[in-house]
This record gives sequence, C-alpha cells and structure tokens, in this order.
Amino acid sequence: MNAPTGSIASYNFAYLDEQTKRMIRRAILKAIAIPGYQVPFASREMPMPYGWGTGGVQVTAAIIGPDDVLKVIDQGADDTTNAVSIRAFFQKVANVAVTTRTDEATIIQTRHRIPEQPLRAGQTLVYQVPIPEPLRFLEPRETETRLMHALEEYGLMHVKLYEDIATHGRIATTYAYPVKVEGRYVMDPSPTPKFDNPKMHMSPALQLFGAGREKRIYALPPFTQVESLDFDDHPFTVQTFDKPCALCGAEGVYLDEVILDDCGGHMFVCSDTDHCESRQGDGYHGQQEETFR
Amino acid sequence: MTALAVSNLAKSFTMHLRGGIRLPVIENVSFTLEASECAVLAGPSGVGKSSILKMLYGNYAVDAGSIRIAHQGATIDLACASPREILAVRRDTLGYVSQFLRVVPRVAALDVVAEPLTARGTPNDEAGDRAAALLARLNLPERLWHLPPATFSGGEQQRVNIARGFITDHPVLLLDEPTASLDAANRAVVIDMIAEKKRQGVAMLGIFHDTDVRDAVADRLIDVTEFAPRQAA
Amino acid sequence: MDKPLLRVTHLSKSYGPRIGCADVSFDLWPGEVLAVVGESGSGKTTMLNAVSTRLEPTSGTVSYRMRDGAWRDVFAMSEAERRFLMRTDWGFVHQNPADGLRMTVSAGANVGERLMAVGDRHYGNIRASAIDWLGRVEIAEDRIDDQPRAFSGGMRQRLQIARNLVTRPRLIFMDEPTGGLDVSVQARLLDLLRGLVSDMGLAAIVVTHDLAVARLLSHRMMVMKDGRVIEHGLTDRVLDDPRAPYTQLLVSSILQV
Repeated sequence: MNAPTGSIASYNFAYLDEQTKRMIRRAILKAIAIPGYQVPFASREMPMPYGWGTGGVQVTAAIIGPDDVLKVIDQGADDTTNAVSIRAFFQKVANVAVTTRTDEATIIQTRHRIPEQPLRAGQTLVYQVPIPEPLRFLEPRETETRLMHALEEYGLMHVKLYEDIATHGRIATTYAYPVKVEGRYVMDPSPTPKFDNPKMHMSPALQLFGAGREKRIYALPPFTQVESLDFDDHPFTVQTFDKPCALCGAEGVYLDEVILDDCGGHMFVCSDTDHCESRQGDGYHGQQEETFR
Repeated sequence: MTALAVSNLAKSFTMHLRGGIRLPVIENVSFTLEASECAVLAGPSGVGKSSILKMLYGNYAVDAGSIRIAHQGATIDLACASPREILAVRRDTLGYVSQFLRVVPRVAALDVVAEPLTARGTPNDEAGDRAAALLARLNLPERLWHLPPATFSGGEQQRVNIARGFITDHPVLLLDEPTASLDAANRAVVIDMIAEKKRQGVAMLGIFHDTDVRDAVADRLIDVTEFAPRQAA
Repeated sequence: MDKPLLRVTHLSKSYGPRIGCADVSFDLWPGEVLAVVGESGSGKTTMLNAVSTRLEPTSGTVSYRMRDGAWRDVFAMSEAERRFLMRTDWGFVHQNPADGLRMTVSAGANVGERLMAVGDRHYGNIRASAIDWLGRVEIAEDRIDDQPRAFSGGMRQRLQIARNLVTRPRLIFMDEPTGGLDVSVQARLLDLLRGLVSDMGLAAIVVTHDLAVARLLSHRMMVMKDGRVIEHGLTDRVLDDPRAPYTQLLVSSILQV
C-alpha cells in the first residue's frame, strides 16, 4: 500500500512495512485461533521507547486501515501524554480518523483500562502489555513457564493467590489479575484493574494484546469465556466504590482519586474520561459539579 | 513339630582387605529345632555359635547348605531367600534377641519395645500396654520408659532388648546371650519368660554362657565343636 | 502388597564414553526402603536421577505400577503424565532444600502447592492440610506464613519433606537427605523419616554415603562403584557380612563412636 497523501512521504502506511505487518497479522491470526496463548513475534523497533506501548502500536499498525476510526486511551483517559502521542502518531503515519468517543471508534488502543461503555461486535480493543507471562514472578525460567502452559500446570497461579490471602486475609491482587481463557490458558490481562476483568468475558469485540519488548501477541476472539482465578472460599470480586463519580454521578464504574489541593482535599472521578464527559453532556451531574456551580 | 531344619550349613569369611585370605568358620552344620523346645548351642568362644544364629537370622550370608523354616504354612529356605522373604519371616516367624541393642536416636524405650507389634499392625495403644507390662516385669524403672535408651546402662539396654524380642508371638526365637549383663533377679525373670514361651509352643535356639541359666532353660545342647571346619590343605 | 511398585531393568546412563551408571536392575516393593550407597562419583545420584526420570537413560527401562494397578514404562509416558506422576504419586527430596522448595513463598504455600496443582481450590482446606503437615514434620504452626529463607537447614529439609508428602505419594526419592546437617539435626530428621515411611507405607530409594543412615532407614541396600552395582542385599546382611572387596573397605572405614 502506498503512503497516503498528506502523511509523511518516506514512511509506509501505518509506519511498518508490508512484510512486517503481514508477519504481525500471522501472529495475530494464530493468537485468535488459540485464545490466551502467547504467540512469539518479531517485534520491531518503534519510534518510541519500550514501555510506551510499542507492542500495542505494532498490533494497531498491522490491523488499521484507511477507513478505521482510532481511539487511544491511557488509564481510561484520552488526554494523557501516552494517549495523545500515539493518537498523533497514527494520524501522521496512517492519516486515519481519530476520536475520543468509544462508540465511534473501530479500533481502541488502551493502556490499563477497558472502556465503561460495553463494546460491540466489529470493534477491536488493542492492549499494551508490559509483561505477558502471568507465571513470571513465581517461575522466572521462560523454558519452564512455556512447558507449564503447554501442560496446563497452573497450580503456581493459585500459590500466588494463596500467598495474598495468607498475608492480607483476602486476594489482594487488584490489577493484572490472572484469568483462565476458555478453560485452557492462564493469561495476564495486562495491568488493567481487576474491575475490568468481567468485561473481557464473552465480549462481542475482538481483544488483541501486544507486548513489544517481550515480543508476544495474544488474543481473545469475540465471545470468549474469560474466568478470573479464585478459591471456592475466597471468590473473585471486583472493587466497589463508596461514592459515585464526583463529576458525572456514575455508579458501578472505575474511579480515580484526584487530589484537589494541599490540604487533603480530593475527589473520586471516572477513570474513563469519555464516559464521564458523555454523561455530563447528557445532563448527569455529580456532587462536585453541584458544589462548583 | 519341626520349626527349623538346618542341614550342611557352611560359612567362611573372605578378607579382601587382608590379601583375600579365607577364614573358614563352620561347616556341615545340621540340626533341627522342634516347637516347645529350647536348644542351646554349646562350645567355647570363637567356635561359631553366634555366626550360626546370624546365618539363621539372615544377617550373615551362607556359603552352602539350607535353613528350612516353617513360615505361614509354607517352608522357606532362608539360605537362599530374597531379602523380602527374609524380612517377612523376621516380621512374623523368626525373632532375635541379641546381646546389644541397636539404638535408634530419639525413639523412647517403650516405642522400641512396641515396634515389632506395631509393625505387624497391632494398634499403638495395645502395643504400648503390652510393652509397658514387659518392661515392668523386667524391672526397668518406669521413669526410663519414655526416654531413648541411648544413655541407659548395659543391663537396662539389654532388658529393653529382651522385651522387644519377647513381645511378639513369633514361633521361633533366636537368643544370643540375652542374660549376659543381667543381675540374678532379672536373670530369673528371663528364665521364667523362656519357660512361658516354651509352654506356648515356641521353638528357641540360644547361646548362654552362664551355666545356671543354661541348665535352667536348655532341653538339649548342640555341640558346635562338631561343626568345626576340617583344616583344608 | 504382593506386587512390586517399581521395576528397573538394565538401566544405563553414559555421558559419551564415560559411564554414569551401567546395567542397574532391581525391583522395589510397596513400603520398602532401598538405600544406595557408594562414594562420590560411584553413579548413585545418576542412577537415582535416571530412575526418577529427571535424566534420560541411555538404555534400559523403568516400569511403575500406577494407582490403577497398570504397569507403565515411565519413559514412554507423555511429559504431562510423567510430570503429573512426579508431583502426585512420587516425591523427590533434594540434598539442598533450596532445590526442592520455593524459597520466596511461605512455608504454607510450599506445602499447599501440590494440592493446588491437582486442583484443590478451597483455601481453608489447603491451609488446614499445610498446618497438619507442618505439625507432622515438627514445624510450629506459627511459622506457616514465614518463608523458608528464614528457616534453619534442618527445618528447611523437614519442610521439603512435608511438601513432598502432602499428596500421599507411594514412592519417594531422596538424594542425601541428611547431608550437610548437624548430627543432632540429622538424628531428628532420620527418626522423622523412619516414622513417616512406616506410617504411610512409603517406598523409598535413598541415596547416601552415610552407612548409618542406610542402616537406620533401609530394608535393602545396593552398593555402587564405578557406575555398577557391586553388592545388593538385606541392609544388615550387607553391613555385617560384606562380600565385595569394596564393600568391606567401605564398612571397615566407618568411624566407631
């Protein structure tokens, strides 16, 4: 595909050359065929440092087309550095339309959140993944963890949860909470809060995970069973919040704490900025808004 | 009823560390042992009495001959039995009371005595009661029962050993100077216990240097000097 | 009880022209403890590793009678089956506890890992089992959440044993289980092992260079030299009436105290 008019002439569409995109697509197809399985791929150097979403960017670059509408979020927000720069990157190298609206986007690249608004069929969620191997912290040998995945030896995952309960009286893992996919592979959902784990289950959208430094891609095809690991007597639960969002009054959403001053003033607001703004646009108000008015 | 039949048993040691010299110990050992009798191996020190007991118990290998023992309705030749068979015979048929107790660290005297019973499936409580009764009979002070015998005197250790050997109902018992370090009162207890075993039909083969004890328990003597090896050229 | 549990036939392992162990054959019966003695380099650990499938033998077979009574060639099993066998029906106690423990997770989780690996998903039950097993190996309940890094050598070794026995295996391999421990600590461990082996009817293969350990723990003994079994028999028979020149040397070299 030729470089589109209006983009930087010397770069191929979406930055990566066609051979590389084809290689990544093959990895993605394999990942979709084996839900939860980490497929190695020849991760490229990208014009941004590792840890800034190079895996997600390569996945997005491999699947994006001229007609796609791209949304990029970082911890739920469209307006933070990582989100802004990746959005600008694809505007420049692929000349695609961008949006902050979850319902308008065809591809949503995310760092550490799943939008509050349920995704629909046809949308693709691309996760940026720092460490794809859920067994890493208990078994550092990659040769051994691969074998454990191959042989479905996942007792170690529960050892970690056991340690949580023994130390804290409950499962204290709150993000990157391990899940089992289609009753087979244990998968790291990337460092999303465990609040978002249930959203992965039977989602109509395609979910792709890219780890650039670790050179792994994995996927959840639409309508895949995703089960959070737990104990019978310590079942999986999501975080709950005492108050609704201070700005839009939403309940049952994931909230971030915002410090207001240096006297201990703070408020809890939606981590998903688009969701919050949409609700405010629809006339919903939280307590903080009322105070400001 | 013949409990044990020994025929043409021979034993020698080959000392590889001393240039491979061969020391013949005993040969053509033949005798039988009947139920309800106590036969005593007689002869001076060094003639091979202990070696015979050790061969019968499977503790020494045998160069030639056979040791037939009635074990659970069958006859087993201990001279060529597998280790497993020997262990089974030791567990159920053939008991051994040696001069010296092999001490196991940390195991209390009472448990040392009860072990042969528990090894055969007797419940711990019952085995413990019977062990206590035997130790009491042998006048071992009760304060020692729950201590490991490692620090006991020779006589105390020997009484633990005797209790351990007599606690089961093995039909054949080998007695290797069980009274060697005992005082007169305890020797008398052991003589009583041997007589009791006899009444119960147990066949016993023993070595007793103490002539009083020997005279009290022996139904007949087996002269071991007859089995001394002919000096080969 | 009337059938062997493990059958080793003509097992050899060579490293190029060098012999690790050669032509080792034996049967092991349920509840039986076999000691393998010999000096360093005699091939006893190589033999143990080959029998326990931690090492691929050059030739020979190892057959195991599974819980359902069926005989299986352990090297013909799939890797998944073999690993499952190793963490359920078998145990392996390493000389260095750090090789057999997860040093950075708590004692309780170390003991519970095998249970979780076979699908136990009830935290309370797993913890209760861990407490029970720590008690059996004489580790106080209040140490359950400590990491083995904070344990003494003897405690670590006892923890390793508990970790292996929690699934009630029928066969356990031990490589110098008392090596590197103080004499008094050794005695405690030996006594503990003796009790556990007889209470659970465990079969065991114990590699040791310590003849006293062999005498105390084992029913049967194998003496190895230069990779070959040179003498094999009832433990007290081998120790009290050694036949092979090397065994005589070995037995006569023991220091009496």
